[in-house]
Amino acid sequence: MSSRDVILNRVRRALVGGPDGAPDLDAAVDRSYLVEHGARSVEETVDLLAENLADYRAIVHRTDLDGLAELLARLLAERGARSVVVPPGLPSGWLEGADPVRVHDLEASTAQDLDAVDSVVTGCAVAVAETGTLVLDGSPDQGRRRITLVPDHHICVVRVPDQVVSSVPQALRRLDPARPLTWISGPSATSDIELDRVEGVHGPRTLEVVLVTGSPEGHGC
Amino acid sequence: MSGTFVGMPSFPEAAHDAVRDATLRANLRHATHTIRAKRAKAVAELDDWAELREAGRQIKDHTLRHLDTYLPRLEESVVRAGGTVHWAADADEANRIVTGLVQATGEREVVKVKSMATQEIGLNEALAAEGITAYETDLAELIVQLGDDRPSHILVPAIHRNRGEIRDIFARTMSEWGRPAPEDLTDTPAELAEAARLHLREKFLRAKVGISGANFMVADTGTLVVVESEGNGRMCLTLPETLISVVGIEKLVPSWQDLEVFLQTLPRSSTAERMNPYTSMWTGTTDGDGPQAFHLVLLDNGRTDTLADEVGRQALRCIRCSACLNVCPVYERAGGHAYGSVYPGPIGAILSPQLRGTESEIDASLPYASSLCGACYEVCPVAIDIPEVLVHLRERVVQGGPATRRGKKVTLRPAKGHAAERAAMRAAGLAFAHPGALAFGQRIAARTRRFHPRRLPGPGRAWSDSRAVPEMPAEPFRDWWQRTRGTGTGEKGGAK
Ligand code: SF4
Repeated sequence: MSSRDVILNRVRRALVGGPDGAPDLDAAVDRSYLVEHGARSVEETVDLLAENLADYRAIVHRTDLDGLAELLARLLAERGARSVVVPPGLPSGWLEGADPVRVHDLEASTAQDLDAVDSVVTGCAVAVAETGTLVLDGSPDQGRRRITLVPDHHICVVRVPDQVVSSVPQALRRLDPARPLTWISGPSATSDIELDRVEGVHGPRTLEVVLVTGSPEGHGC
Repeated sequence: MSGTFVGMPSFPEAAHDAVRDATLRANLRHATHTIRAKRAKAVAELDDWAELREAGRQIKDHTLRHLDTYLPRLEESVVRAGGTVHWAADADEANRIVTGLVQATGEREVVKVKSMATQEIGLNEALAAEGITAYETDLAELIVQLGDDRPSHILVPAIHRNRGEIRDIFARTMSEWGRPAPEDLTDTPAELAEAARLHLREKFLRAKVGISGANFMVADTGTLVVVESEGNGRMCLTLPETLISVVGIEKLVPSWQDLEVFLQTLPRSSTAERMNPYTSMWTGTTDGDGPQAFHLVLLDNGRTDTLADEVGRQALRCIRCSACLNVCPVYERAGGHAYGSVYPGPIGAILSPQLRGTESEIDASLPYASSLCGACYEVCPVAIDIPEVLVHLRERVVQGGPATRRGKKVTLRPAKGHAAERAAMRAAGLAFAHPGALAFGQRIAARTRRFHPRRLPGPGRAWSDSRAVPEMPAEPFRDWWQRTRGTGTGEKGGAK
């Protein structure tokens, strides 16, 4: 007998009988928990996102679409970045005017190649206000997972309010499980030394978030 | 489970040594008290905590009750998404499968994300026996590995080490494993984290094989979820060409929507954060992004035996948040090593004797590693009634009775040397026969405390010899709880 059969047989034997008889596979879970916590206007939700991002030491900036390229150029210059990874589908105008050398993430680029790059600029799939979380789903404006992991400086652009939801349940509804997802809440951190949070371990140690208003396409994600 | 620490003394002996170790006690006390207050605050932010906790309980119970439906469903989903699924009935089989998979890649080293399941089966040792080096990449695991030490906490395996000790371990041993620690390393946490970053980076960048566990697996979609802080998880899950995940069969949830419950309760319960820094979700393989080969090893290793016990099976709901460790007065004083297992604290006291059986002295003594104060139950985000299971397991130890071992029904004989407990348990049985009787029983116990001996009989004696731990509180925990509501040490109930 295969171990698969051994285990499944053990499971079936473990479950026979019992006080609850044959329980219903379709029995519904009591989901009386909240879909979101508190009532907020769209503006307040965006403010909460900014607040919670900052609370976990992300650096938050705000601009409108017209000011975006200039802001990104300034942030990269202030960081002293000489090179920046560009996801294949980053809107062409975003890095107009930025000085650093553009590095495109090629199939053949190795992790070592990426390690030599200073910064990365991406969009995002959805942002969660209550938890201060950004979710990346590997869409063309975000690129594959490694480009937001290896460089030490990540600038993530969030289109507000379209890409912002209040809560974790709302975020999951917007996401496609088939895509590789990375949920990011602040720069990398650890609580492993005396259970105290210290920022800056393996992921990007500096996370900057740009909340940008005014979406030209007139739709979100 | 083969993860018993070899030559481990039984709990009372080990606890006796630990409570005398002043540094250990101070480290534990500092860390657990810090996190307790923070957790209470993070939990209090959510008005619907009680509802989330109840939903979590129901989802897990439902899944366990239909594991024979959901496991094949998960398998189908993972295979559809490009993964390969392996089934391991016990630790040896899981180790053989993983070793074989690594050997097939031709690699001699792997990077690992912290995973309780791989510790439980002793995977690193099994790989080492075949000449494969496993690098632990979680900061606390790294501290444990470099210090040639054992983990003592689920979330923070090096919780028994303070910053000064960590600095010394890094300075002394990093050079043996790779990049040495900086010459002028001090004991500030930021510098220690930086030293770990530099030490591990070269390993991440060249790694061809990653090994992980998972916090959750979604049956409908085949998605695996790893919740972490440092980014070492992302490194191990993203950069290697081959990813092998070893996951206990109880980590399953049926649907994508179910994650909305646990992604809210887990971070707040474990690190007291609204959300942990990084959560990775992947479904099989993705062309051009991340590992192109993905293997899922589904591990039984005593879980189905635990499932067969109608009282004890609730331990399988555990999402390994470690909140129960952080509030436990016994854990705080005895330390994680005293539990003789990778699962310390209250959850370890009910999980290890079920996964491994109660034949060994350490496992037979674990159900006694508690004062039954109930704090663990109060904070548990999936409402595991740990005191209820403890009492149930004590009964099994002292009275024997039916149990399941490796899928077979057996009748256990009463453990020797537990005669005194047998009598005690008969009395306690009255109090615990009905759900909800616990609080009542405790209050009675506390109010009659002048009648309780200062030294407990039988194995309990070793316990009371090392003092401080199981003393009957002057005021029962639940009374104190009701009275203080979070003033006291700043703690506030997870269940409102
Ligand atoms: S038993 Fe409950 S509180 Fe303890 S680690 Fe498991 S889920 Fe957390």
